[in-house]
Amino acid sequence: MSTWEIILQLLITGLANGLIIALIALGYTMVYGIVELINFAHGDVMMLGCFLALTIVGLLGGEVAAPWLAIGLMLLLVPPFCAALNWMIDRHVYRPLRNAPKLTVLVSAIGVSFVCVNLGMFWGGLPMEVFGGGAQAASAKSFPDLLGYHNLLGNDAVVQLTSKEVMVAVITVPLMILLTWFVSRTRLGTAMRAVAQNPTAAQLMGIDTNRVVGLTFIIGGALAGVASVVAALYTTSISFQMGYRNGLDAFTAAVLGGIGNLPGAVLGALCIGLARAVMEGWVPNGGQWSNTVVFGVLILVLVFRPTGILGSRVREKV
Amino acid sequence: MIPSVLSVASVASVASVARLSAFLLVALLPAIDLLLPTTWKFASLVPAIMVYAIIGLGLNLITGFTGLFNLGSAAFMAIGAYTFAILTCPIYPFQIGFFPGLLAATAMGGIAGLLLSLPVMRLRGDYVAIVTLGFGEIVQDVLKNLDAVTKGTQGLNPVAVPAMPGVSFSVGNYVPWYYLYLVLLIAVVWLCHNLRYSRLGRSWVAVREDELAARSMGLPTPWIKQIAFALGSALCATGGAMFASLAGTSIEPGFYDFQQSVIILCIVIVGGMGNITGVLLGACIMVGFNSIVLTKLTEMMSRNGWTGDNVLASPGNWKFMLYGIALILMMRLRPKGLLPAKEVPAELRYRDRDRDRDKAPAGAN
Repeated sequence: MSTWEIILQLLITGLANGLIIALIALGYTMVYGIVELINFAHGDVMMLGCFLALTIVGLLGGEVAAPWLAIGLMLLLVPPFCAALNWMIDRHVYRPLRNAPKLTVLVSAIGVSFVCVNLGMFWGGLPMEVFGGGAQAASAKSFPDLLGYHNLLGNDAVVQLTSKEVMVAVITVPLMILLTWFVSRTRLGTAMRAVAQNPTAAQLMGIDTNRVVGLTFIIGGALAGVASVVAALYTTSISFQMGYRNGLDAFTAAVLGGIGNLPGAVLGALCIGLARAVMEGWVPNGGQWSNTVVFGVLILVLVFRPTGILGSRVREKV
Repeated sequence: MIPSVLSVASVASVASVARLSAFLLVALLPAIDLLLPTTWKFASLVPAIMVYAIIGLGLNLITGFTGLFNLGSAAFMAIGAYTFAILTCPIYPFQIGFFPGLLAATAMGGIAGLLLSLPVMRLRGDYVAIVTLGFGEIVQDVLKNLDAVTKGTQGLNPVAVPAMPGVSFSVGNYVPWYYLYLVLLIAVVWLCHNLRYSRLGRSWVAVREDELAARSMGLPTPWIKQIAFALGSALCATGGAMFASLAGTSIEPGFYDFQQSVIILCIVIVGGMGNITGVLLGACIMVGFNSIVLTKLTEMMSRNGWTGDNVLASPGNWKFMLYGIALILMMRLRPKGLLPAKEVPAELRYRDRDRDRDKAPAGAN
């Protein structure tokens, strides 16, 4: 492989991974922008979405004859499930603590995350064939490769652009455009921006803040649901611990781009995806250090530019 | 006035009686344990609780007293454990023994804490949590990848056990460990108590309550936060070294993960942030639940043949569910912990009492 081909390959994998992280990061950044809460459970909601997707595949009979039907069914069922779950978490855990100190809510979020992780482990023990018959609940589950391997650049091309990477782009990019349109052009989107800017003033203007916050959690959850289907199809492996890892990547992306900023989250996620691809595909022995690089970047950004790449400076009020 | 004074006095004496009896129970536990039937013996599991109590007290200096939300305490535990293991393991030429190793681990934890505090002191609340969390992940990765030094996922063993004339510290005999660790725990409690009411401790609480106000009163807040971070991390490292010695190995990097940090955080939160007695209670509840209740329950169930392939049938699998629910309920119902710290310092309370007496009608006293 020539250098250019390697770079092209890293770009392709990096961007595909980055787009998946971006969907999760959008949920983090929207929730943080509106209630200033690091929703630790967000990654685990996505993990539970993956388990639901695998259950659906299992109910359809494992290796499906009509993969597009299975994918369509997953995209139809998993996002509403994740949205409902995220909404319920907000309604019953975070909303009663809306006026409590920030750290109180953060600790509750860690608690919710623990509960979700444990639920994921139990879910992995379902006596279904796709889960390994329920004998080893905690082990990683392999997700059926519904899309197969098709190199779109030809079977003997060196650079691989498979149908999976195209699927990632085809599903995620329109969603991001839709979200941008929703937030900037619709009445509810305007209400969301108003609540993010100043909740009290928004309430005085007649905006039902609780409804807007709930809606934010629903949208964030739905995006995580789509991300879970896409990630499961792309990586073909899921485990009950994947939520923590994906959540950390997504959160790092959100901070990197400037937390509370939607284009920033996508930009940050693409950076993280590319950085991981470079570490894993180029640097010798880089794969085992990729976490260190990602979190090192996170710490450096927080210390030297806490507002991220695209964020604007907010002064702490007395 | 008089009834209220009386009730205050009786509350105080109830507390001191409770404290005295708890201390007697802990001091005599190995003897009581001899009388229990074999399946119910648990005193050999108590030294681990003492170790976690020390680590919890360390985190309490950072999170409880100073209000810096640290999600990376397990990393400092790991730093202590690995420093201790490298300095005492027979495969390395140092082999400096238990007590020098413990001191070195403590110093190393303090230095690491001081280094991490440099970026942390500029950040506000939840960003501190994220930086410390990231630091915890980095430490795990470094320990895992530098396998030429740390033996990667195998961990280093054997590590030093305490050496004292006339006492044999061996794996099967927990009693010497019990009393040595009890003495160390009492020393740490004494240290933390004195720190809390020193000039430094009062500035920690001032920073926690209102950093801006503390700063405008002329307190050097970055420096105060750094000292808290360094001392707290040093204590976490002490605990890590003690845990390694008790386990006979530095365990493996994956043991010191985010969940470990959260368990340590739970010790501080469940007991009562900023309250030393609360942290001790938290360690008993959290670690006792994990290492005593769940272990005994699992033993009992396997004796009766109640376990099976089902993932739900093993009590250990419910651990994080129960921890999570406990955290959520605590935050909702008692966010200041089971034993909240006394918010009003003694000096202010005296003034309140004097004012009340002045206001009281003549003849009431």
